[in-house]
Amino acid sequence: MKEILWHGRGGQGAFTAARLLGAAGAFPEGRYSLAFPSFGPERRGAPMRAFTKVDTRPVGDRSAVAKADYVVYLDDTLVGEDWASELKPGGKVLVNSFHGFDDARIISIDADGISREILGRPIPNTVFVAAILALDPLFAHDDVVRSVHEYMPAKLHAKNLAIIEAVLAEFKQFQETGASAHIIGA
Amino acid sequence: MRKFLSGDEAFAEGVRLARPQVISAYPITPQTVVVERLSEMVGAGELDAEYMHVESEHTALAACIGAAAAGARTFTATSSQGLLYMAENLTYASGGRFPIVMMNANRATALPWNIYGDQRDSLSLLDHGWIQVYADTNQEALDLALMAYKLAESEDVMIPVMVNIDGFALTHTYEMVDVPTQEQADAFLPPYVTTNRFDFDNPVNIGYSAGPEYNRYFKFWEHHDTVDSLNAVERVEADFAQIFGRKYPGAVESYRCENADVILVTLGSIAGLARTTVDAYREAGIKAGMLRIRYLRPMPFAAIADALKGAKAVGVLEKDVSFGAEGTVFTNVNSALQQAGLFIPALNFVGGLGGDDISAAQMSGIYQCLCKFADDADFSCPRVSFLGIDSPADELGSATGVAANESEAE
Repeated sequence: MKEILWHGRGGQGAFTAARLLGAAGAFPEGRYSLAFPSFGPERRGAPMRAFTKVDTRPVGDRSAVAKADYVVYLDDTLVGEDWASELKPGGKVLVNSFHGFDDARIISIDADGISREILGRPIPNTVFVAAILALDPLFAHDDVVRSVHEYMPAKLHAKNLAIIEAVLAEFKQFQETGASAHIIGA
Repeated sequence: MRKFLSGDEAFAEGVRLARPQVISAYPITPQTVVVERLSEMVGAGELDAEYMHVESEHTALAACIGAAAAGARTFTATSSQGLLYMAENLTYASGGRFPIVMMNANRATALPWNIYGDQRDSLSLLDHGWIQVYADTNQEALDLALMAYKLAESEDVMIPVMVNIDGFALTHTYEMVDVPTQEQADAFLPPYVTTNRFDFDNPVNIGYSAGPEYNRYFKFWEHHDTVDSLNAVERVEADFAQIFGRKYPGAVESYRCENADVILVTLGSIAGLARTTVDAYREAGIKAGMLRIRYLRPMPFAAIADALKGAKAVGVLEKDVSFGAEGTVFTNVNSALQQAGLFIPALNFVGGLGGDDISAAQMSGIYQCLCKFADDADFSCPRVSFLGIDSPADELGSATGVAANESEAE
């Protein structure tokens, strides 16, 4: 089972990202997924979590993800001392930051920068949907595009698809040359 | 058409397809999204229904009763304190034999005040004459919206149905759901026609009183018609499978109970975790099974006893407790065993209260607890134990053993 743990603040779109990726993961035949937020009252700016689980059989465990393949921080002030405890062996942490972290498991992405350039506002969520698409062969490009079309309001399609393409290009460059304008890997 | 929907959204789609004529509800977390969606559908003209905005749950159900007495197909939805506030009218609806369908988003009851999921709300109202069914997934929730109407409105039933879906674990969790077409739904569910209504041409007495000389007959028939509605459940599910291609297993779902030494009985969406845990135990050579009660009223005593009859130990996991007694589902399951002349040692696990997560480790611990209870005469476990407080399942699950997640890892 592939598990993604999203950390964000109310208003950053963490749950929308969890849902987009969950739908993309369940489009192929024989795939199942769940997406849910940490439950409770919604408050703008307050720390919240969201979860995506994708498997080749129905996902029975509906409890919160304790250890994830990808732990995403839409806000780098949420990265705590014990961040590594939420990571499965071989897992990756993806942080919205323009600072590097001194750990090979952490990839920094200037998601606020990317989204500000394209949307005009720093809404970092779809940057990380694209980042996981770039990193994990479980997710297919067409399914992520379809997910944006089906589960985001029509007026947001063009710009969010542009964000996704921009992030994929950044990752390609990063994977080929080890450097890019927006991605810092340790 | 496959759509990635929350349980609330999926249920609203099911209700839309059932074409209710009157919807009356008061919003309450975690039910709110269902009535928001239905209100939007009515507003947009996608659903030709009267949407009555009311000031309380008590009135929401009263309005449904009135509309049903005029011959309309009705829908309401609530949760927790809202359901308790409706309680007075529950027996008016069931005693009046009005086939209202209600969705209840299972949620904790106050005090302490809590908006999260458990099952104390609906389980405390088992005796109010409603059929009660519990969904395991969002797909089942949607399908039950359609099946509930067909069941409730069957001429040999005429009993209101409460469809319970776990607060948050289903209502706010998204999964891929097949949304049937309106043509399929119409082929399955014909318009509601009844003689149990106000009608100038064929006047009947509705909302009557009955003194001691007749009262017992009403209650006798209400009881027997509810017992017999088990047959209607099977009939409705057979019709459903024919049109939609999804086959439901009747009042209970028996999962790998054949030749099982230990079986956990449960209800609602926690069955998913029990199922993956059973698979892990079976792979490890331990004969484990899971029995999911779908319909708790009518109570499928015989089906439960039949599934459990070969077990050495039985557990019942439920998100409620009847204070001063034990879990209500546990009491009911023990009655099923007693009626069948079975003496199987049984333990009651109370968990998930007020939205508490039941972890894979705890579920594994429950099964280990049952294995020890079956084999080890010296093993002591409280008859009723609370997960996360005094249940041996906590410690057994955190120790090394078969954990559900291990077998799931790729």
